[in-house]
Amino acid sequence: MAQERKFKIGKPILEVKNISLSFGGVKAITDTSFDVLEHEVRAIIGPNGAGKSSMLNCINGIYKPQQGTVSFKGQQIPNITPNIMAQMGLSRTFQNLALFKRMSVLDNILVGRKLHTKTNFLEVAFQLPKVKKEEKINRDRSEEIISFLEIEDIKDTPVGKLPYGLQKKVELGRALATDSSVILLDEPMAGMNVEEKRDMCRFILKVNDELGTTMVLIEHDMGVVMDISDRVVVLDYGKVIGDGTPDEVRSNQKVIDAYLGVEH
Amino acid sequence: MMKPVFMTYTKKDLINLAVCMVLSVLVIPSFITTEYWYTSILIPWLCLALATIGQQIVMGYTGQLALGAAGFMAAGAFAMFNLILRVPDLGFVGSLIVSGLIAAAFGILFGLPSLKVRGIYLMVATLASQFFIIWMIDKFGWFKNYDSSGIITAQDIVILGKPFTTPLAMYFVCLAVTTVLTLLAMNMARGSTGRNWMAVRDMDIAAESMGVSLLRTKVQAFAISAFYCGVAGALFAFCYLKSLEPVAFDIKLSFKILFMCILGGLGTINGAFIGAAFILLFPVLLNAIGNNVFHGAIDATIISSIEQVIFGGLMIIFMIYEPLGMAKLWENIKQKWRTKFPTMNIKNLTSSIGKKS
Repeated sequence: MAQERKFKIGKPILEVKNISLSFGGVKAITDTSFDVLEHEVRAIIGPNGAGKSSMLNCINGIYKPQQGTVSFKGQQIPNITPNIMAQMGLSRTFQNLALFKRMSVLDNILVGRKLHTKTNFLEVAFQLPKVKKEEKINRDRSEEIISFLEIEDIKDTPVGKLPYGLQKKVELGRALATDSSVILLDEPMAGMNVEEKRDMCRFILKVNDELGTTMVLIEHDMGVVMDISDRVVVLDYGKVIGDGTPDEVRSNQKVIDAYLGVEH
Repeated sequence: MMKPVFMTYTKKDLINLAVCMVLSVLVIPSFITTEYWYTSILIPWLCLALATIGQQIVMGYTGQLALGAAGFMAAGAFAMFNLILRVPDLGFVGSLIVSGLIAAAFGILFGLPSLKVRGIYLMVATLASQFFIIWMIDKFGWFKNYDSSGIITAQDIVILGKPFTTPLAMYFVCLAVTTVLTLLAMNMARGSTGRNWMAVRDMDIAAESMGVSLLRTKVQAFAISAFYCGVAGALFAFCYLKSLEPVAFDIKLSFKILFMCILGGLGTINGAFIGAAFILLFPVLLNAIGNNVFHGAIDATIISSIEQVIFGGLMIIFMIYEPLGMAKLWENIKQKWRTKFPTMNIKNLTSSIGKKS
């Protein structure tokens, strides 16, 4: 990324401090800390079972870590729930796709506009003018996202009927519709072919570039990670073993050992 | 998607609405003159379809397995009786709305378990509403105005000083209420409210991550559902039964509404009408066959047993082959008719996507 960025990387927007999470006796994450800067693309990598998804689930409030704190926008959040984080401007996608399968692509993305919908059910039932106005704004924004992601021709298809790669795109679209300042992407490119991956990378960078959205992503494909992220944090057995720019991480001996294995 | 012409309705919707209105307001009253059709088929059909919409909202749209629609109907019916008796100033329409609200309060109360339990366990938890409401009405004489006979005659319907006592007049009362509430339900189902319901149904964790509050959405669905059931129950008692007895709102009626919901098509509003029509008309049809084809050679009890067997069979067949019910079946028939091609399946859908992109 040689050219000038419209949104300069700024101060930390998300800080994770000393998080420890265990399920019964199994320690998923041990005393992990890292931060995410405003407008950057931050990758979390690590071998299988390193605790990457658990980490995202802690940030998003689906899991409650036994120890540690999460600060978002300079504010430490005591009781994190997915709902509170959404309201504060943090959205996410899921590893195993969590779309609303029986709803159309457009409706899925419209659900992402929930926090920009202020009318209540009675106003909706009677279709008051302000409901129509709000619905139009939300629909226009959703259509924008749909054409941004180049999925116009499937917008009325029930999501459950779409192939996997397109579903991943819809999920990204739904997260975008929230207009969040931070989006967590849990393996956005898992199970995709090279072409689809290239597409997805393009979208991630485009979003980051044009909207300035901070992206936190988990990815297995090292090539992709090194290409698109500003900074990388490497987890192994629930601990941070490397943190820095792609080049720093690539030359880190601990990371090389974790990925390639090491003779004992 | 077609462009909305008026509010959220497309041209097709408006045509459908016009056809339904012409049929129900002009054609039916001028062609059907026998009272039997109004008192035994059309009025209960509208009432039960309304209750089924209530069941649809909580089960079809929000995905909460609830069983106890008849309990809320009883709450609505007895609330109506007491309101007309004790607060005559409210008038019929006012009482109807307040009865719905009282049922909605019960809906909120019995919808709270949905936050902790789901699926079949929730079904058992909501059964409590069915038994509790009926028990409460039986236990405290006040609800029945200390009537010892157990069956109370419903008051006459008077709207703005005019009595509505003939079957045709009552049919129009039911029709008006059902039409208004159906349109409101459609507005909600198609708008942001309905999207929240369906998001909770399809993937609650993702819904929550988008800022949809599970607590509010579920409780709201239960309340609206109970409101619809309450109003339906009041109409059912005042226009169809013309009496009030808790036994009429037993668990069997709850199951009937559940079947109407499933056979009609989960998550559809028109399915509520189709399902209710089918379950009401099917026994009539079987009886007619029994009387006219077999000339009464088959005992009536056997016919009603056959009815149960066929219902059971149909439920299984629908669950396996068309889980989206008769509304979907109807859509498919229309689709086939229109294109004269096999219905859209995943294969040609994905291939058409491939071609375009």
